[in-house]
Amino acid sequence: MSIRHSLLALLSTGPKYGQQLKSEFESRTGELWPLNVGQVYTTLNRLERDGLVSAAEEADAALRPYTITPVGQAELDAWLKAPTDSEPPPRDELVMKIMIAASIDPTGSIDVVQSHRRHLLEGMRRYTRLKADDSASTATLMMCDAELFRLEGAVRWLDSVDGRLRSGAVIVAPAVPAAGHQAMVRPEANEVRS
Amino acid sequence: MNPPLLLRSVSRTYGAGARTVHALRDVSLHIGAGEFVAIMGPSGSGKSTLLTIAGGMETPSMGNVLVDGTDIAGLSRSALARLRRERIGYVFQSFNLLPALTAAENVAMPLELDGVKRKEARRRSVVQLETLGLGDRVDQFPDDLSGGEQQRVAIARALVTGGKLVLADEPTGALDSVNGEAVMRTLRRACNDGAAAMVVTHDAQLAAWADRVVFLRDGRIVDQTETDPGFDHLLTSQAPS
Repeated sequence: MSIRHSLLALLSTGPKYGQQLKSEFESRTGELWPLNVGQVYTTLNRLERDGLVSAAEEADAALRPYTITPVGQAELDAWLKAPTDSEPPPRDELVMKIMIAASIDPTGSIDVVQSHRRHLLEGMRRYTRLKADDSASTATLMMCDAELFRLEGAVRWLDSVDGRLRSGAVIVAPAVPAAGHQAMVRPEANEVRS
Repeated sequence: MNPPLLLRSVSRTYGAGARTVHALRDVSLHIGAGEFVAIMGPSGSGKSTLLTIAGGMETPSMGNVLVDGTDIAGLSRSALARLRRERIGYVFQSFNLLPALTAAENVAMPLELDGVKRKEARRRSVVQLETLGLGDRVDQFPDDLSGGEQQRVAIARALVTGGKLVLADEPTGALDSVNGEAVMRTLRRACNDGAAAMVVTHDAQLAAWADRVVFLRDGRIVDQTETDPGFDHLLTSQAPS
């Protein structure tokens, strides 16, 4: 999340004070991303240093309204249209846990998958409870939806992992043949076969 | 107070010998008044069997099904039919409304089948539709309603008899996300008003509207989100004779 560009976006509708920017940022993101006011002023100082905003001359920072400059507007326009950073895939902790669990013990990892599925559903329920509140703003609904679709994607991935694990497929081909056995087969399974 | 639905050690098998299929194995589950429970699980996990057994459409091979404290195994055919009509509402993926009847007439139908006079049936039907936010749709025919509105009419029909248990099988399966959400809000509101709902689904977004999510696999409950302890003692007590 770029606080820097979000503040530029808020200033593109007119000059604003630091506290005002904090409040507007929070209301426009459905109150789901609280912002520290100190963080706002630090960011505004950097934007001013880089010539993207200008501030009125006042001794007290809280009393200085900030205005976006033409350079700042150009920077904002470029940022809004720039593709988001989705390549290469992020190192998602859930994905790493499941991949490691599945490679060590494919059968036992079905329980690990289920445990994460339950945690994700509990997370989805929290966001859905926010949505269920009839007084929720559209901004809140949109932010909740963003999280719900993200979490649902993870649940669906777990469902597909579950299907692959239950099919008994070999998860990882052995890197080096080890004494005639496949590296990722559990030792007890080997004993039964031999 | 008895829970609207209580399943005690329910098993269901099909076939015999080597070809026996265990659709449900020792499933115990309660749904309290005002509680919304989602059942999730992969295909073949027993979700639909659980729903049909809970609704008295199928009998368990072992165990008991109690609706409002009444063990349905002890009921005559006609008493079971009456209990199902009065206490249990069903919502399916396809809305199953009669196209030649208006929304209000569809909702009034179970009441009229129970012998309620037409005028009174209409009055109660309109109240139920208004409660679910469909007050401006009462005289519309199903074809003039969106899919989401049709499903909400089906929910009104499920609740109109005063039955407190709604059983739903993928109720948003035929809907887009906006209409699906409207249906879930309606079910959520019905539960906030005291109904109990059991919804079978593979859709996590839908299940997230529930108070509790129960995960089935190979006919067993393998996991669930947080549990309301209110009726746990009933799951292990003796079945009524």
